[in-house]
Amino acid sequence: MSWNTFATVAETKKALDAKQVSAVELAKHYLSRVSSINPALNAFITIDPEKTLSEALAQDNRRAKGEAAPLLGVPIAHKDIYLIDGWRTTCGSKMLENFVAPYSSTVVKNMADAGMVTLGKLNMDEFAMGSSNETSYFGTVKNPWDLSRVPGGSSGGSAASVAAGLTPASTGTDTGGSIRQPAMFCNLTGLKPTYGVCSRYGIIAFASSLDQAGPFAQTAEDCALLLSAMAGFDPHDATSLDRPKEDYSRDLSKPLKGLRIGLPKEFFGDGVAPGIAKAVDEALDVYRKLGATTVEVSLPNVKYSVPAYYVVAPAEASSNLSRFDGARFGHRAKDYTDIVDMYKRSRAEGFGAEVKRRILIGTYVLSHGYYDAYYLQAGKLRRLIAEDFKKAYEVCDVVMGPTAPEGAFQFGAKSDDPVKMYLNDIFTICANLTGQPAMSHPCGVDKDTGQFVGMHIIGNYLDEARMLNVAHQYQLATEWHKKHPAL
Amino acid sequence: MNWEVVIGLETHVQLTTASKIFSGSSTAFGAAPNTQASVVDLAMPGALPVMNKGAAERAVKFGLAIGANINRRSIFARKNYFYPDLPKGYQISQFETPIVQGGGLTITLDDGSTKFIELTRAHLEEDAGKSVHEQFDHESGVDLNRAGTPLLEIVTEPVMRSGKEAIAYAKALHNLVRYLDICDGNMQEGSFRCDVNVSVRPMGQKEFGTRREIKNLNSFKFMQQAIDYEVRWQIEQIEDGKKIVQATVLFNPDTGETRAMRTKEDAMDYRYFPDPDLPPLVIDDAMFDRIKASMPELPESKCARYMNEFKLSEYDARLLSQDRATSEFFETAVNAKADPKLVANWMLGELSASLNREEKTIEQSPIRPSQLAKLVIRVADGTLNNKKAKELLDHLWTAPPIAATFNMTLPAPTFGLAATVAPRQTEETDIDDVIEAKGLKQISDVGAIEKIVDEVLAKSSAQIADYKSGKEKALMSIVGMVMKASAGKANPAQVNELVKKKLS
Repeated sequence: MSWNTFATVAETKKALDAKQVSAVELAKHYLSRVSSINPALNAFITIDPEKTLSEALAQDNRRAKGEAAPLLGVPIAHKDIYLIDGWRTTCGSKMLENFVAPYSSTVVKNMADAGMVTLGKLNMDEFAMGSSNETSYFGTVKNPWDLSRVPGGSSGGSAASVAAGLTPASTGTDTGGSIRQPAMFCNLTGLKPTYGVCSRYGIIAFASSLDQAGPFAQTAEDCALLLSAMAGFDPHDATSLDRPKEDYSRDLSKPLKGLRIGLPKEFFGDGVAPGIAKAVDEALDVYRKLGATTVEVSLPNVKYSVPAYYVVAPAEASSNLSRFDGARFGHRAKDYTDIVDMYKRSRAEGFGAEVKRRILIGTYVLSHGYYDAYYLQAGKLRRLIAEDFKKAYEVCDVVMGPTAPEGAFQFGAKSDDPVKMYLNDIFTICANLTGQPAMSHPCGVDKDTGQFVGMHIIGNYLDEARMLNVAHQYQLATEWHKKHPAL
Repeated sequence: MNWEVVIGLETHVQLTTASKIFSGSSTAFGAAPNTQASVVDLAMPGALPVMNKGAAERAVKFGLAIGANINRRSIFARKNYFYPDLPKGYQISQFETPIVQGGGLTITLDDGSTKFIELTRAHLEEDAGKSVHEQFDHESGVDLNRAGTPLLEIVTEPVMRSGKEAIAYAKALHNLVRYLDICDGNMQEGSFRCDVNVSVRPMGQKEFGTRREIKNLNSFKFMQQAIDYEVRWQIEQIEDGKKIVQATVLFNPDTGETRAMRTKEDAMDYRYFPDPDLPPLVIDDAMFDRIKASMPELPESKCARYMNEFKLSEYDARLLSQDRATSEFFETAVNAKADPKLVANWMLGELSASLNREEKTIEQSPIRPSQLAKLVIRVADGTLNNKKAKELLDHLWTAPPIAATFNMTLPAPTFGLAATVAPRQTEETDIDDVIEAKGLKQISDVGAIEKIVDEVLAKSSAQIADYKSGKEKALMSIVGMVMKASAGKANPAQVNELVKKKLS
């Protein structure tokens, strides 16, 4: 069988539905591609061909029985933060090096119900803390376009695997930009839905009020298909939105005439690399040609996003990661004298430096006497930023800007300076703080660095279908998303 | 110097929901270790809590019963600390905005005086698991069956001034939560446990002394002993010139002493913050109204109604209204058309004595309310005199139980055993049959009584002489002989009257 490894989800689905290919054949194809290409990329932490092939066979059997499902037989790889019953789930950490999940996350279940076949578990920054995939206990992930560069983070494996054609699609999670920034670095389309659209149940928590699951794919059309499968109310997640299932593909073909694009002046300042600003400007021209208008808006409080984020995220993480104490699962130190010593040693050995840094920051900001000054203030800033967006949406339908101020960088370029690293998420973080949906789609190359540029689209709450429509129309008119690395 | 004792209580009341507060696991007591722990209770990665509305309903019920403010929007917070029986590394509790604020409870002391105990708050939280140290060598076990059991922590202001007041409050609270059917009150199983904050200060001093908190008292007896010991100890310390150090202490029932567990210096910083996994707990109007409509009549208003409607004394009314089972027994009997005052007399007299003698609760009474009602009706209509009625009661007490339950007039009985009773005769038939079969019926026929009186008088010349010489006692002796001659069945009032008449 010859199979175009860069087939989109939509194309794959079509081929499967036309019985030109079976789920088992596809699984075998991608598993073989993983075994040949992955050693250079390190995008996967775990593969289990036996499990994958049995899942594929089960989906083929569903089809044979006449069952219909939207993505019957389409392969998917999951960020190693999603629990899958019986699969090792590491979260990129030594702490969970040998942890086998006893249940499956709701998103994984939803995707399996939709017919998708798990190819494996994808590398990531440890506990999703990082912007370059350099904090993983299982080693860095290489950017398939340039092996000396980072793929972005924290969902680095999710981005690299799709970009390299190791899987047609993957899942990621986005707490501060962990889907959108790697999507830009690897020239992919990635979407972080509105907070509460995808269940968080069974996804290892980093910062509970910010975490949201979302898809990586080559196109917005694919993201719409994937999100339709992932999303939905889940009674196991109290923050899940109780609303009917949505077909996120429904508006894809709408023309963009009349679309009002808001351009926050705060997203086009000095911090943005000139080559990126230029690519974004050119992409906006395409949008104007498609019938959209642009209007300048202001988000005066968005400049507080990074400081607010680095209070909220570590605070919640410091508490969320308390359960990794060596008592019931995960890494337990060998020699300890008593229970406190067991905690100290197990956590000191099990967590990496970035995770420890954030636990320390989080513990500090929640300490007695500091809570009001930090966590409470950060909460107020979140509301102020949301107010800014609310005002902006009075004059525009979506907000656009560059996904990150600079493109994929060399390994080690920022790993010694956490603040520099944190600033790479300066544009993406605000959507996590407010809970709004946001996505990144390929829109060109920074001519100075040769690195890809992502267009960041932030939408109003639950406006995913419109955002996907916007990106899809752009992709119908452009070729950026069709570029593939030579591997 | 005279010392004043200052006490405040924090009581952990386990709510009667079938499943845990944030997971679907069962809350039943006594299962094999860790068999009632889901991925949520085990704090598996990725697991999330979901609020059990039943726990919130019970908290609202409590708040309404004590006249408190119900926060329609309360917030769950995380209390962070490491301990093996706390699987998440934090306990989900309520901190800044609890579901219930204010309100209070009136307690009655032994001397009959009453005092209003103000409550600070009552908040929802999850229980921790249990560490098991005894069964393992050099290791500890953890049982997470209890982890996630819903608790309502009820906190008083420091308004109690003696151990007696504290016990009276704890008992009143224990009674109330069972009355409301929000807690089974089982102290041995830990369903109701108290932390007691104790301090002392010189009489007249305004500032509070430094307090020590006695943790986890699960019997009223231990509570009394612990407070007594702690108060004595604190006064001795101060009188010896030492300072009290704020501390958490444990009471050892074997030695009767309290021992410091940790002092304020090593007190933990719990780093409370709102739990981002749980949206604010909202009690909407529909839920609030439904709970309000389902509130049972509470002891205070019941007591007033008994005095008003049934003309009972305050003392009797209070005794009959104080716990739900007693009041249900009473009202069931009264609803069966028995005279309320007589029912009250029999319940608080003979029945209560029999129950006490056999250390039975009213729920365990072999006499059912309908039976007592019929007995009282037969006394009132002259069929039985008191003596025979007592015999009947004794007979019913020892007779094979006719039924293990009785009809309730109120919803949600606390002790409603399943009505799986074999078909039987109606109670009325039973009672009347017994009266008939045992020949307990009173003789009220004047002719019949007169005949016996005449026979007795004919043999009682000495007593008659005594009576006529002014010895009133002699009359009682004659009446007693008549009663004896009638095998106790003669109507005593008629006998009395007749003897008097014949001797006048």
